[in-house]
Amino acid sequence: MEPIHAPESIDLIALAPVLVLSVFAMGVLVLDLWAGKNKTLLMFVSLVGLLMTAISAFAKHPLPAFAFTDSYIVDHLSIFFTCIFTLSSALAILLSAEYNERKGMKAGEYYALILLCTVGMIVLASSTDMIMIFLGIEIVSICLYVLAGFRRDDPVSNEAALKYFLLGAFATGFLLYGMTLIYGSTGSTNLFKIAEFIKAEGAPSSPLLLMGIVLLVIGFGFKVAAVPFHMWAPDVYHGSPTPVTAFMAVGPKAAAFAAFFRVFTEAIPNMAANWEILLCIVAVLSMFVGNLGAIMQTNIKRMLAFSSISHAGYLLIAVIAKSAMAGSGLLFYMLTYAFTTFGAFGIIILLGRKGEENLEMENYSGLAYKHPVLALSMTVFLLSLGGLPPFAGFVAKFYIFSAAIEEGFVTLVIIAVLNSAISFYYYLKVVVFMYMKEPAGEFQISMTPMTLFVVIIGIIGTIELGIYPDPIIALTGLN
Amino acid sequence: MELLIFYPIAGLCVALALGVILNTSPVGSAMCLIGMMLGLAGIFVLQQAHFIAVLQVIIYAGAIMVLFMFVIMLLNLKQAASADWVSRDKNLYITILTSALAIGILYKIVDVTFMADLDSPAELPDTFGTVATVGESLFTDFVLPFEVASLLLLAAMIGAVVLAKPKLD
Repeated sequence: MEPIHAPESIDLIALAPVLVLSVFAMGVLVLDLWAGKNKTLLMFVSLVGLLMTAISAFAKHPLPAFAFTDSYIVDHLSIFFTCIFTLSSALAILLSAEYNERKGMKAGEYYALILLCTVGMIVLASSTDMIMIFLGIEIVSICLYVLAGFRRDDPVSNEAALKYFLLGAFATGFLLYGMTLIYGSTGSTNLFKIAEFIKAEGAPSSPLLLMGIVLLVIGFGFKVAAVPFHMWAPDVYHGSPTPVTAFMAVGPKAAAFAAFFRVFTEAIPNMAANWEILLCIVAVLSMFVGNLGAIMQTNIKRMLAFSSISHAGYLLIAVIAKSAMAGSGLLFYMLTYAFTTFGAFGIIILLGRKGEENLEMENYSGLAYKHPVLALSMTVFLLSLGGLPPFAGFVAKFYIFSAAIEEGFVTLVIIAVLNSAISFYYYLKVVVFMYMKEPAGEFQISMTPMTLFVVIIGIIGTIELGIYPDPIIALTGLN
Repeated sequence: MELLIFYPIAGLCVALALGVILNTSPVGSAMCLIGMMLGLAGIFVLQQAHFIAVLQVIIYAGAIMVLFMFVIMLLNLKQAASADWVSRDKNLYITILTSALAIGILYKIVDVTFMADLDSPAELPDTFGTVATVGESLFTDFVLPFEVASLLLLAAMIGAVVLAKPKLD
C-alpha cells in the first residue's frame, strides 16, 4: 500500500484563531489545578487568550483563503464574526467574575467552557462544510447546556439546563437529518459543491432536497430561537446565571446566524424561491410573538428573552435578503447587539445582590432618583435595542432593512418597522418605572469595578456606533 | 435480493425501536435498543460499509449499551418507578391537531419516498468501506472534522464533570 501524504490543504495559519483559543481553553483547565480558591488569575488568562485569538484572526492573507479541502474559509465575514465572538466572550467573562464570586460559583471550568464555546463559534462562522457546521453547533450547544445549569444548587438553573438540553438535542436531530437529506440528494457536504450541483441541475425540485431544506430551517431556527422554535428561550434565559444569559443572547446567536447565512446564501441560493417564503413566515412570526410576548412580561430577564426572539426575526430578514449588503448588515447588527445587550445585562447584575436578584420590573421603580447615571445608561441600552436614533440599534436596523428593500422585500420591512414601534412599548415601560415611579425600597447596588467596566464599554459602543459608524461599516465591507 | 434482506431487518429495527419506548421496564428497553443497534449494523453491511457495521456492533451494541445496562442495574430501577409517573391532563383538541399534523407529515414522507428517484447508485470501487479507505479519508479530507470532534468530546467531558462532581471548589 502506498504511504499517505498529508494533503496540501492543511493550513494551520488559517486555523490560527481556533488553535490559539483551544490551547488557552485547555491551559485554563490545567492552570485551575494550581490556581487555588481565587480564580482571578484564570479570568485574566482567559481574557489574554481571547485578545490573542482576535489578533490571530488577521493572520491569513490574502482573503478569502480556503483550507482543509475547502471545508474552512477565512474571509471578511469569518474574521469579523471572530472579533464579535471574542468581544462577547470577553465581556461575558468580565461580567461573570464578580457575579460568580457572589453566587459561590467558583469553578475554574466555567472559564474553560466559555473559551471552548467560543472555539465552537469560530468553527461555526468559518466552516463551509456541513460536517464542520454540525460539529461547531454541537460544541457551542454542549458548552451552553452546562453553563445554563452552572448554578447547581438553584432549581431554576437546573430546569433551564435540562429544558435546553432535551429540546436542543431534539433540534440537533432535525438539523442533522436535514444535512443528511441534502447530502443524499446533492452528493456533497461542501457548501460550494452543493451550490454547483443545484446550479447544474437548474434548481431541482427533488422532494428529498426540499425536505432537507425544511429540516435545516427547523434546526437553525431552534438555535437562533426563532418562532415557532422559540419555546425554550424564555425559560432558559430566565434560569441561567445572568452573565451566561447575556453570553448566549449574543455570541452563540451570532454564530448560529453566521452559519445560517452561509448555508442559505452559499449553498442553496438557487433554491431561494422555495425557502424564501418559509423564512419570511418564520421571521414575521418571530417579530410578532417576540414583541407581543415581551409586553406581557414583568420579569426583566424574560422580557429580554422575548426581545431577543424578535431580534432573531429582524436578523432573519438579512438571511432572506441574502445580498452582500445584507451580510454586512448582519455583522453590524450583531456588533451593536453585543454592546447593548451586555450593557443592559451589566446593569441588571449591578442591581442584583446576594440572595436576591431583583429581576422584577418593580425593582427598578425610582432608580433615576437614586442612581441617575445607571438609569440613564439603562435607558440608552433599551432605546438602542428598540432602534431609536442616534443610538447604534437604529443604524443596525437601518442597514438590514435597506438591504432588504434593495432586494425587493418591501412588505417584510414594513412589518419589521411596525414591530420596532411595538417594541418601544415594553422598552419604555422599564424607563417609565425608572423615571416616573416612587422608589419602592432601598437599592443595594454592588458597584463592582469589572461589571461597571462592561457597562461603560457598552455605553461607548452603543453611542459611538450610533453617531459615527463609518469606520466599522467600512470594516464590514459595505462602504 | 438485497431488498429481501433489507425489509426483514428494517422491519425488525422499527419493531425493536417501538419496543424501546413501549417497554415499561428499563432493562427491557435497553435490550430492545441493543437489538436495534445490531439491526442497524446489518443495514450498514447491506450498504457495503462493512467497517462501519463492525464499529456499530463494537461501540454501540457493545460498549455503550453495556454502560447503559450497568447504570440501570446500579440505579436499581424497578418497574414501580413508572407507576409514579402522573400523566398530564390531555387536551383533546391539541391531541387531534398534533396527530393530524403527524399523520400528514408521515403521509408526505411516504409519498416523497415513492416519488424519489430510486435508481441504483454508481458502481462502488472495490476498496469502498474498507478500514484503509475509511482511515485514509479520515486523516486527509476529513482531518479537520476529526480533530474538531475531539474538542467536542472534551467540552462534553468537562461538562459532565462540572454537573456531576459532588462539590465544586
